[in-house]
Amino acid sequence: MRKTGPARIVRPRDLSEAVRLVAEGGRPLAGGTDLFVRLRREVEDPPFLVYLGELPELQGIELREDGAVVGAAVTHAKLLRSEVAERLPILRLALSTIGAPAIREMGTLAGNVANASPAGDGLIPLYLLEARVLLAGPQGERELPVEEFVLGPGKTALKEGEIIRSLFLPFPEGEPRSYFRKVGRRRALLIAVASLGGLVWLQDGVVEQARLALGSVAPTVLRPREVEQELVGKPLDPQVLAPLAEKLSQLVQPITDLRASASYRREVAGKLLLDLAVSLAG
Amino acid sequence: MSINFRLNGREVEVDVPPGRRLLNLLREDLGLTGTKEGCGEGECGACTVLVDGRPRLACLTAAIQVEGKEVLTVEGLSAGGKLHPMQEALIKAAGVQCGFCTPGFVMAAYALLSENPHPTRQEVREFLSGNLCRCTGYEGIVEAVLLAAKYLRGDPSRVTPDGKTP
Ligand SMILES: Cc1cc2nc3c(=O)[nH]c(=O)nc-3n(C[C@H](O)[C@H](O)[C@H](O)COP(=O)(O)OP(=O)(O)OC[C@H]3O[C@@H](n4cnc5c(N)ncnc54)[C@H](O)[C@@H]3O)c2cc1C
Ligand code: FES
Ligand code: FES
Repeated sequence: MRKTGPARIVRPRDLSEAVRLVAEGGRPLAGGTDLFVRLRREVEDPPFLVYLGELPELQGIELREDGAVVGAAVTHAKLLRSEVAERLPILRLALSTIGAPAIREMGTLAGNVANASPAGDGLIPLYLLEARVLLAGPQGERELPVEEFVLGPGKTALKEGEIIRSLFLPFPEGEPRSYFRKVGRRRALLIAVASLGGLVWLQDGVVEQARLALGSVAPTVLRPREVEQELVGKPLDPQVLAPLAEKLSQLVQPITDLRASASYRREVAGKLLLDLAVSLAG
Repeated sequence: MSINFRLNGREVEVDVPPGRRLLNLLREDLGLTGTKEGCGEGECGACTVLVDGRPRLACLTAAIQVEGKEVLTVEGLSAGGKLHPMQEALIKAAGVQCGFCTPGFVMAAYALLSENPHPTRQEVREFLSGNLCRCTGYEGIVEAVLLAAKYLRGDPSRVTPDGKTP
C-alpha cells in the first residue's frame, strides 16, 4: 500500500464483473489485512485491485442441515457473531485468536484461505471440518476440498480469473470435543510458532475418532493422519500418549525462521498433543 | 474519483484515488489529525477508527472501503467541546502519558463499551490487545475503560454524536 495507498482499485457491480476483472489481471481484495501489508512492503505489485468486500453474492452465511455456506466477503467477526460459531466450537476457538478485534472486523475467512499461509489460523478449523472451497471463474464454478486448494506457502489451486466464492463448512456428526491452541511469541496479534487444532470423539473415555491439524510446522497446514489413526482406542492420558507425541514431533517438517527454530517447533508440536489430551479429558 | 461517506455525523464527499489510505484521507485531505500513524501495518492500533460502529485500522483501509459508510474518529467523540466519558476517564485514571496511542485506545474502548457495557478486566485487556502503548504499562488504560463503563452506565444523558448511548 506504499505510503498513501495503491493507485488503482476497482469495485465491480457483481460477481461476473469481478471474475472478468480478475481474469484481466486484477488482484482480489477483501479485508486488505494481508494484501495491504504486502503491497506496502512491496513484496508484490499487481496492476490493479478488485474490491470484493461489498459484492452482494459474497455476503451471506447460509445454514443448511449438513453445514454452513460462508460467503467469501464474510469477516471473521461476522462469523464469530453468527450461529455458525455456536454450532462449530472449533471455528470459534480458532477465529477468536486471529489478530485483535479490528483485524477480525476487517479480515475474511476466504482471505485467510487464499493467503495459504502455513500459519493461517482460519485454515485449521477448515482442515478439521474437511471444508470445501467453492470457486467462481470464467469457466463457471467448481469445488475443491480445502486440502486440495492449498498447495504450499502462498500457493493455491486458483486458476487465472478464479476467485473464491464461498466456503462450505460441514457440521461434524455426533459431538466431538474441540481443541485449539497456538504458541507464539506475543500474546496479542499472535503469529503462530506452532498451533494444533483437534476434533476428538470420545466413547467411554477412549478415543473413537480423532482429527488433528497442525499449523506452522510444514509448508501447509498438516493433517497427521497416522497419528489420528493411532489415537483411536486410547484414553486421553498424557502418559499413554507420550510415544504418539514423540511420533508427531518426528512427522512434522518445520522450517527455521525469524520466529522460531525447527527443533523448537518440533518440540512444541509434540507438547501440544499432550496439552490436547489434558484439556479434553474428563 | 469521488467518494461519499459520513464522517462524524456529517456527509462528506472527497475527490481522491479509490486506493488512498483512509489514514491519509483523514489526516491530510480532511485535516483530522487525531487519528495517528504508528506502524502503518496493522500492529499498533494507533489508527483505530470506527466504521459502521466497528473498529477498523485506518492504515489498512482504502478510501473505497468506506464508500457509503459511517466513519467515526476521535474528533467525533468530543464534538461540542465536551470530552467523551472515555476521555474523562483516561485523564482521571492517569491512562495518558505521551498521548500518541490515546486516540486509538479511545476508539477501541468506545467500540468495546458499545457492544459490552459491563466488561470484565480480562475482557478489556483482550479487546485492547491490538493497541500498543509504549509509556503507561496499560494499567491506567484498563482502569480508565472500567471507569468509563461506570460513567456510561450511571449517566444515560451522555449521548454520543451519532445519537446512541454507547
Ligand atoms: C496485525 C495483523 C495480525 C494478524 N493476525 C493473524 C492471526 O493471528 N492469524 C491469522 O491467521 N492471520 C492473521 N493475520 C493475517 C490476516 O488478517 C488474515 O489472513 C485474514 O484472514 C486475511 O483476510 P483479508 O480479507 O484481509 O484478505 P486480503 O488481505 O484482502 O487478501 C489476502 C489474499 O487473499 C486474496 N483473496 C482475498 N479474497 C479472495 C477471494 N474471494 N478469492 C480469491 N482470492 C482472494 C487476495 O488477493 C490476497 O492475496 C494478521 C494480519 C495483521 C495485519
Ligand atoms: S498505524 Fe495502523 S495499526 Fe499501526
Ligand atoms: S501514552 Fe505514550 S504510547 Fe501510550
